[in-house]
Amino acid sequence: MANNFFELFLSLTLLTLAAIPLGKFFKLVYSGQKTFLSCLIKPLESFLYKICGIDPAEEMSWKVYTKDFLLLNLWGFIVLFLIQVFQDKLPLNPAQLSAVPWHLAINTAVSFVTNTNWQSYSGEATMSYLTQMVGLTVQNFVSAAAGMAACVAFLRGFSRQSSETIGNFWADLTRSILYILLPLSIIFAVVLMSQGVVQTLHPYVNVQTLEGQKQVLAVGPAASQIAIKQLGSNGGGFFNVNSAHPFENPTPLTNFLELMAILLIPFAFPILLGELLNKRKEGWAVFTAMLILLVAGLSIALFFELKGSPILQSVGVHQGMNMEGKETRFGVVPSVYWEVATSATSNGSVNAMHDSLLPVTGLVALFNITIGEVIFGGVGVGLIGMMFYAVLALFIIGLMIGRTPELYGKKLGSSEMIMTVLAIVLPSVTLKILAACAISLPIGLTGLNNFGPHGFTEIFYAYASGVGNNGSAFAGLNANTPFYNLTISLAMLVGRFATIIPALVIAGSLAHKKISPQNRATLPTASLIFICILCATVIVIGALTFFPPFTIGPVLEHLQMMAGKVF
Amino acid sequence: MLKSLWKSLKILFVFSILTGIIYPFFMTLVGQILFPFEANGSILIVDGKSKGSVLIGQKFTKDFYFQGRPSVVDYDASASGASNFGPTSAKFKSAVIERIAVLQRNNPSLADKEIPGDLVLMSASGLDPDISLESAQLQAPRVALARKFAVKEVLELISSCAQGQQFGFLGSPRINVLKLNMALDSLKGINYGR
Repeated sequence: MANNFFELFLSLTLLTLAAIPLGKFFKLVYSGQKTFLSCLIKPLESFLYKICGIDPAEEMSWKVYTKDFLLLNLWGFIVLFLIQVFQDKLPLNPAQLSAVPWHLAINTAVSFVTNTNWQSYSGEATMSYLTQMVGLTVQNFVSAAAGMAACVAFLRGFSRQSSETIGNFWADLTRSILYILLPLSIIFAVVLMSQGVVQTLHPYVNVQTLEGQKQVLAVGPAASQIAIKQLGSNGGGFFNVNSAHPFENPTPLTNFLELMAILLIPFAFPILLGELLNKRKEGWAVFTAMLILLVAGLSIALFFELKGSPILQSVGVHQGMNMEGKETRFGVVPSVYWEVATSATSNGSVNAMHDSLLPVTGLVALFNITIGEVIFGGVGVGLIGMMFYAVLALFIIGLMIGRTPELYGKKLGSSEMIMTVLAIVLPSVTLKILAACAISLPIGLTGLNNFGPHGFTEIFYAYASGVGNNGSAFAGLNANTPFYNLTISLAMLVGRFATIIPALVIAGSLAHKKISPQNRATLPTASLIFICILCATVIVIGALTFFPPFTIGPVLEHLQMMAGKVF
Repeated sequence: MLKSLWKSLKILFVFSILTGIIYPFFMTLVGQILFPFEANGSILIVDGKSKGSVLIGQKFTKDFYFQGRPSVVDYDASASGASNFGPTSAKFKSAVIERIAVLQRNNPSLADKEIPGDLVLMSASGLDPDISLESAQLQAPRVALARKFAVKEVLELISSCAQGQQFGFLGSPRINVLKLNMALDSLKGINYGR
C-alpha cells in the first residue's frame, strides 16, 4: 500500500518534470519554428500542406477559424456515421459484426467527433476492425488536435495585440497531429505491445480452457488506438471494459504509463500558456491551481475508498475492501488515482468501474466533471475552461474594487464576459434539464441497474459525462436506447461547442486589443492570492451550481451506506 | 463556402489515410515483428494446442483447481463486462452473501473467516486473470485435499508462482490463476485436468 502512494507521487513528479520541456516544445511547434523533430517531419508536413492546399502562413480571423473548425466536425460526423451503418458491407470485419443501428451510430459519431468517446456500445461486440481504425482512431487524433488548435488560437488572443487574426486552423491541426500526437502515439503503442496489448488483424482466437471449455478471445488492432485514446483525452476503449480489459491494460506498468498518458499533454498546456505570453510565472500559477485541485480531489477519494464499505464488512468481506469492479493487478490506490485523473481531464477511459466505487469516490469524479474539467482538463480545452474561470474570478474581483477587470494585460469587456458566462452556464443548464427529463420519464428509468440515490447518480453522471465531453460512465445504466443515445448526443454537442466557440470569439476580440502595462492596481496573476482566488472560484461556482444533485445522489447514498441501508 | 467544404473534406480524407490506415497498419507490422507473442494475445500453446491467454482469466469450477474471481460474463472473452453494482444495491449485497456461503461450503476451513474482497467481488473486466495471494492461500486446503497433496506442498507452489508488485512498487501483488493451475497439473505428473 505504501508503495502505491510512492507510485502516485512518482507519477505526478515525472509528469511535472515532463511538462516543462513539452510546453516549450509546443510553443515552437505552434509558431512553426524548427524543433528536433523537424528534419523528420517537416517534409511530410509540407507534403500534406501541398496536397490539401493549405498555406500555413495564411492568417485567419476568428470567424474563418471557427467556420473551418465546424466544417471539419461536420465531415467527421458524416463520414463516421456512414462507416458505422455500412460496416457489414465494408472489409476488415472478420467477426462479421452487423451494421450499427442509426441512433447508436449518431451517438458514437457525435461522441468521437466531440472528443467525448462516450460509448453506448461494447467495442468487441459492435465495431469492426475497419470502423475501429478508419472511423474511431481517426477521430481520436482529429478531435484531440482540433481541441489543441482551439486552445492555441485562444492563447493567441492574449499574446497578440492589435491583430485581426488568431492563426491558421489547418496548420494548427496538422502540427498537433504530426509533431505531438502521432510521434507520442507511435512510441507509446510499441511500449504497450511489449507488455501484452494486442495489435493484430487476425480474427478472434478460439482456445480450449484447462477445464475443457471453449473460450473465444476478442483481439484486434488495439494498441494503436489505445495509445492515442490515452494521450488525446479521448478515452474510448477498444474493448467494452476499456482499460480494465487485460488486453488493453495488461500489467501494472501499462497502467502506470496509460495513466501518465492521460495527464501528459494537459500538464503541458499551462506551461505553454506561460511560454506564449512570455510570462512563465503566470503559467506556473495556473498549473499550481490545477495541481492543488487535483491532489485535493485525489486525497478525498482515496480516504473514502480505502475505508471500505460497512455493508461489505458486515457480510464478512475482509476490512470491507471494495474490490467490486476493480482488477487484482491494479488494486485500490491505482484504480482511484485513475478515476480522479480521467475525470479531472476529459479523458473518460477507466481501469475500474465508476458505478461500483464508493459514493464519495464517485462524487469526486462527478465534481471534477461538472465544474467543466478544468483541473488540467482535456487536451487544449481544459486550459480554455480554466481561463473562463480566471476571467470570472477577475470580473468578481473587479466588481469588488470597482475597476475594469484585466487578464494578462488585456482588458475584459462585456463581450468577453457574455461569452464566458455562456460557456459556464449553458452546459450546466443543459445537463440539469436533460437529467431532470430522464429521471421524470419512464423511458429514462427503464435502463437503471441500481436504485435509490445511486440510480439518480447513474443518470446524472451520464449527462454530466456527455456535457463535459468526458465519456466515462456509471455503466450500469443501459444507455443504448434511442432516448439516451439522442439526448446524450445533444449534451455532447452543447458541451463541445459551448466551450470552443465562445473561446474563439473571445480570442478574436482580445487579439484586437492592446496589451496594457501592469500597474499597481492590477491583480498580479502570478501570485499566491490569484491561485487561491482561482481555486475558490472553481469550487464555489461548482458547488453552488451542483449542490442539490450532489446531495440527493452521492452524499445521500454515503449516509445510507454508513447506516447499512440497501435499495 | 463550397471551396471550404471541399477543402475540409479533403483534409479529413488525408488524415484518415494517415492516422486510420498507415498508422494502425504500421503499428501492426511493428507488433508482429517485434512482439509476435504479445501482439497476438499472449496465447499459451502446450503440445500444439492453444490453452488460453496468460492475460485472460478462465472459468474454474473443479475442486482440484484454484478458482479465480467471480465474473459477470462467466469469463466470456468475446464480451468483457462488469456487474456495475453500486455499493448500496440490495441485489449486490445478497449476491455477495450467497457467494461467501458457497465458498465456505466448498472450503470448510473458511467457515466464520473473513474473506478477501477479490475472491467474492466481481472484477472490472470479467476476465481478471489474477487473484490475491491470500485468496490463493485460503483455497490451498481444498485443492490439497482434492489432489491428495500435502497442504504445505500447495502453499509452496503458491509462493513460487506469486508475482510481487511490478518493479517493487507498481500495482498489487497477485497470482495468475491459469499459470498456478497449470503448475499444479504438472506437479508429480498427475493430471486431473484431462
